[in-house]
Amino acid sequence: MTNILEESGFDPNRKLRIVGTSPVKPDGRDKVTGRAKFGADLALPGMLVGKVLRSPHPHAIIKFIDTSRAQALPGVMAVVTRDDFPEIPPGTGEGDLTRNVMAREKALYDGHAVAAVAATSESIAKQALKLIRVDYEKLPHVIDAVEAMAPGAPILHEHLRAEGIKGAEDKPTNVVERQEFRMGDVEAGFREADVVIEREFRTCPIHQGYIEPQACVANWTKAGRVELWCCTQAHFGMRDNLASILDIPKEEICITGAEIGGAFGGKTIMYAEPLAIQLSRKAKRPVRIVLNRNEVFRATGPVSGTHSRIKMGVTRSGRFTAAEAEMVYQCGAFTGSMYYNGAQTMFTRYDLKNAKAVAYEVVSNRPKVNAFRAPGVPPVVFGVESVVDELAKAIGMDPLELRLKNAATEGYTTIYGETFGPIGFVETLEAAMKHEHYRAPHSGPNCGRGVAAGFWWNRAGDTSGKLRITADGSVNLLLGTIDIGGSRVSMCMMAAEELGIPLERVSAVIANTDQVSYNRLTAGSRVTFSSGIIVVDCARQAIAELRRRAAAAWNVSEQEVVYEDGTCRLARAGGAAPLSMAELVKRGGPISCSSTLAVTGAGPGFGVHIVDLEVDRETGGVKILRYTVVEDAGKAINRHQVEGQYQSGAAQGVGWALNEEYIYGEDGRLQNPSFLDYRMPVASDLPMIEAVIIEVPNPKHPYGLRGVGEVPVVPTLAAIANAITSAIGVRPYELPMSPPRLLKLIETAGTSKS
Amino acid sequence: MAAKIQVSTTVNGEQRRFQCEPQQTLLDVLRDELALTGTKEGCATGDCGACSVMLDGRLVDACLVLAAEVQGKKVETIEGMAQGEELHPLQRTFLEHNGSQCGICTPGMLMAARALLERNPDPSETEVRYWLAGNLCRCTGYDKIIRSVLAAAKEMRGA
Ligand code: FES
Ligand code: FES
Repeated sequence: MTNILEESGFDPNRKLRIVGTSPVKPDGRDKVTGRAKFGADLALPGMLVGKVLRSPHPHAIIKFIDTSRAQALPGVMAVVTRDDFPEIPPGTGEGDLTRNVMAREKALYDGHAVAAVAATSESIAKQALKLIRVDYEKLPHVIDAVEAMAPGAPILHEHLRAEGIKGAEDKPTNVVERQEFRMGDVEAGFREADVVIEREFRTCPIHQGYIEPQACVANWTKAGRVELWCCTQAHFGMRDNLASILDIPKEEICITGAEIGGAFGGKTIMYAEPLAIQLSRKAKRPVRIVLNRNEVFRATGPVSGTHSRIKMGVTRSGRFTAAEAEMVYQCGAFTGSMYYNGAQTMFTRYDLKNAKAVAYEVVSNRPKVNAFRAPGVPPVVFGVESVVDELAKAIGMDPLELRLKNAATEGYTTIYGETFGPIGFVETLEAAMKHEHYRAPHSGPNCGRGVAAGFWWNRAGDTSGKLRITADGSVNLLLGTIDIGGSRVSMCMMAAEELGIPLERVSAVIANTDQVSYNRLTAGSRVTFSSGIIVVDCARQAIAELRRRAAAAWNVSEQEVVYEDGTCRLARAGGAAPLSMAELVKRGGPISCSSTLAVTGAGPGFGVHIVDLEVDRETGGVKILRYTVVEDAGKAINRHQVEGQYQSGAAQGVGWALNEEYIYGEDGRLQNPSFLDYRMPVASDLPMIEAVIIEVPNPKHPYGLRGVGEVPVVPTLAAIANAITSAIGVRPYELPMSPPRLLKLIETAGTSKS
Repeated sequence: MAAKIQVSTTVNGEQRRFQCEPQQTLLDVLRDELALTGTKEGCATGDCGACSVMLDGRLVDACLVLAAEVQGKKVETIEGMAQGEELHPLQRTFLEHNGSQCGICTPGMLMAARALLERNPDPSETEVRYWLAGNLCRCTGYDKIIRSVLAAAKEMRGA
């Protein structure tokens, strides 16, 4: 028998009843009535309040920690410090993990955890933190990644040697690694070009900005098991990481994922969870830790700031001849920027033969970065798509036409070695060019239009889940992947479609780590694709079992049984009455099917953004007038969910391009750790965002879908920068284009655009 | 430790009594003492609107109200928005238009939107956007939230 990965059963002519519509999601009702249980919403009997003490210094040796006064405070049930965590050598993956959740030798950023307490009330816990004495020896710090690379810069990790840099292997450095990707002959390619443009770009670290701070409840049970409830995208990964840093067998940890109030990549790693577990172990009571917003900004998240230099060549007739990039990603105190994603995908979407991308990752005294939609990609695509815009102007070609002329198609082999199957970049570009938005005039003083394109490969990987048919013939899905973007409804839709039953008969729950096999985290736009394959695989097994049962009941061969719309009937007319799912469950008991696969076959995604905006020359403010996202979804399972992904990607990109940034003082402390000073887009900052769904199917999936969560943020920064250029006649090379920066840019431009 | 304060108040039409510390906020008490966790905390500094509730008919951030202040007042939260099984039109349109994605901002959005429609049954898109500017959402780009509110307004006007 072929497996679903070899033979997906995709049929472009299949008549669909449910897939491709926009039904209400099953988890919606609890969300609009306040009943959904998010990370901070669980309370257990006897539960204590956990609080974390954090370093106020960006870089300091921790000489000693005296917790005796805190411990003596009535109501304090446990205190933990570095001494409560097993020693793991620095410079290993786990060594970094444990040092990030609790500082050991040194505090490496403002906000780095140094101790935690559990107490009977919030106020006692806060008071206890004040009673902990930490003796710090302050060290010089470095915030900027380029400065951190310079000779003589303060060194964060004595053990760090630059991998990939010749001659630097024997000296401590802040450079984590250098990676290079190349194809063809870049020098020869540039010689063929009529126009070569080379520019430098900078972006600032931003935060994922989920509205729900990280929260968890840990319970070290009498039996010595760890029960953890938390809002995470990666419950299996977290289980494994906790096991290794706390030295607990994996099997003794069970993690239940709460409803998750936004994540976007920022909830893929652990923060306070191991602290809560160790506190619970000591206090012998459940412990809840809910981070506050200040902690979320100072100690979780952010996305790398980048410096990049990008060079591209084009012929007069509009063919790219070569592309080259060098970029530096700051990753905060520990590795995690996923700089290699940027290097591999930044030019991917153009059918370049000659390309080279070199990326460095550099530590500095900032919180360890974490993933954010298309991790590592948007800030460097900002540079690439800005240069493409300049090239189009230089040769007098429409910017989308230039992209279309160079669009990668099926059969193109990328810089990272993948040969594309069916992809929809051309269709996406053509749809954007034909769209009424692109054809509509845009004029008015200080108004401009920008376009940009983006790519993300989409992910797959280990996935496991179950499908059960219960006594009344309803279907329950047990999914191993956390639902962060509305995947549950799409799973129910695929199951209902496959089984030919009404959507209302299908429900879905997210499994804890005891209930199904290992699942790779929810990230990289892998879940609707991968878990969808698991669901369809299970549904097909269930149908086979239903047919087996009907065949046995009628004493015929399985070939003579037809399954249709939730019932089995005899293929030939007449004879026995059809048997429903409920009746078949009565004969032989509940049906349970499971599927565990290392899923492959994710289809690459491409998007094109069109934005109109207006610049206020007096305030430096930018008003987004119109925004259109055109993107290939392969197949939209639930159209509303897909549109929501497109719209949020654009909105987050607007924040990234225009306002969001981490601002540090001379003292190395974060100056804007609040939603008041860290300015994310609000409703009045944005217009409606038009989502145009292109569907070039990915035949590796039974319904043809591609991931859709990452691409929507990739082109935004450049689209906005290109629109600003079109509005004021001068190009921003640095983001965010916040009012003060934009005013300065306007000043340097001098006279207004004529 | 300061002595606890006795407070008696009405929450979603029910008489409730609780004890609180002087520095505790209404948000703390709703969530931790009264087990009404539908009201969310996104910032605790009045910047995100996730904790929006009604206090004597006024829309407030529960994180900026001291619990002791609600003595004798009327508090309304998301848990009181539906009438039994019957959803408020806003709750229904948020479902139909997918105005709730992850859902963490949703209770606050709904409370704020209901307060808007009570004083302005026929708001323009711009009016909805400015009214909701104090409620952050990171998931939706606001598009579907605004559509949900406009659809509910239309339905409630009987248009
Ligand atoms: S929690 Fe009250 S406004 Fe954010
Ligand atoms: S739906 Fe997630 S923050 Fe609004």
